[in-house]
Amino acid sequence: MAVTDTPTASVQRVAAADDTAPMVTIRGVSKAYGSNEVLRDIDLTVNKSEVVCLIGPSGSGKSTLLRCINFLEVYDRGEIRIEGQLVGYSETTPRRRLSNAELRGLRRNVGMVFQQFNLWPHMTALENVAEALVQVRGLDKIAAAERARLMLARVGLADKADSYPSRLSGGQQQRVAIARVIAMEPHLMLFDEPTSALDPELVGEVLQVMRDLAAEGMTMVVVTHEMGFAANVADRVAFLDRGRIAAFGPPRQVFHESPEPRLTQFLQTYHERNSF
Amino acid sequence: MDSNLLVQYGPALLRGFGVTILCWAAGCAIGLALGFVLMLLRRIEVKPLRWIIRAYIEVIRGTPFLIQLFLLYSGGPAIGLRLEATTAGILGLGVYGSAYFAEIFRAGYQAVPKGQVEAALSLGMPYGGILRRVILPGMLVSTIPALVNMMAILTKETVVLSIITVPELMYEMQTMAAETFASFETILGMALFYWLLVEAVSRLGRRLETRMTRFLSHPSNARA
Repeated sequence: MAVTDTPTASVQRVAAADDTAPMVTIRGVSKAYGSNEVLRDIDLTVNKSEVVCLIGPSGSGKSTLLRCINFLEVYDRGEIRIEGQLVGYSETTPRRRLSNAELRGLRRNVGMVFQQFNLWPHMTALENVAEALVQVRGLDKIAAAERARLMLARVGLADKADSYPSRLSGGQQQRVAIARVIAMEPHLMLFDEPTSALDPELVGEVLQVMRDLAAEGMTMVVVTHEMGFAANVADRVAFLDRGRIAAFGPPRQVFHESPEPRLTQFLQTYHERNSF
Repeated sequence: MDSNLLVQYGPALLRGFGVTILCWAAGCAIGLALGFVLMLLRRIEVKPLRWIIRAYIEVIRGTPFLIQLFLLYSGGPAIGLRLEATTAGILGLGVYGSAYFAEIFRAGYQAVPKGQVEAALSLGMPYGGILRRVILPGMLVSTIPALVNMMAILTKETVVLSIITVPELMYEMQTMAAETFASFETILGMALFYWLLVEAVSRLGRRLETRMTRFLSHPSNARA
């Protein structure tokens, strides 16, 4: 339910300044395409500097949920707040959907990394990273290029600054995409299956960059099929099944102690795939 | 061909060729600009606006250019639109082209991968910036062949302007043919002129295409 009275909203905003306040609060979020319910009454809280992994079979709604957090996907019911700010809807007029223009302020602080990298093919790696610094952060071209170079160095691609995406491997492209996001100094990063489109030998380099980010205290929500990453890096893991969170907790608990039969069945497929 | 004829009519023909190129270039510029704006307007979620634009495109594409031109030049004064022949010709060519260009741009816009736009949105980029820096370059790559093709077609449509007495190449040729009875030579010469023009446009287009797609991995333009 959206907040209708402004006092509550202002309390929420004050709370946002507090360091112990959660980064993301998802409450009662639902979404349906016609009669197909893809998200059902989701509750989830992500604290600052926490890494939360969303796992589950395809079609379970994990990517949809992730995309609702920065409102690339519209949710129908419930509310999502980032640092206390309501995502996608007006605080004052209940259920009035915000336009892309109104969402810019929120999105500039929420980075997203996509499965298909989504680099702009007509720009070099450097230009890909510098573009939003100029357009959103208002840096001049020289300062933006300088910062972009620094970010590419952080993901180990200093020498690829002038390469076009088509000349880079999938792993390199994804690292450029991550550099493009961290250049904006986001408060929160969303990863939508960041390694699913990569050849197995390229997965490691991307996961390493993500591990480094987690170690530096970045708040991350990661949709992934990399169970090893979820087990070792996540603070908490949510298992989604048919639009619901069927299991949630620290990785150890979710992977080894959950009584949920659907989860056991899901994890079994990984054990089988990796046993050769 | 009688060389005296060339001396006598050469300057007029060259002038005509100049007018042809001017009308074509200005018509293309108007057509491209108007077509792009139409495509953008059509994306706005306002139903009546969409219907109007769609009707405009259907009517322009569904009627001969000759008739559109007559309506504009001869019918214009009835609604207070009194245009000089060349102006009417350029405007008519622009309007005619815009309907086709709008459709080409529409396809080009849809061909830009959605993820590239989502990436820009997720970074908080403004729509104008996304359009200019992400969508437009992506669109150009996929639409250049179709745009150049349409521009080549428009070079040939300029002959229609002679009907409303625009002093372009066709008009000058007809004058020459009428005065000298040398119709075979003039028609042959004219064909050559237009062929040269179309060839130049295509070559320019090919060069532009290579330039615009240089960032794609092609064995032909791979760098060591």
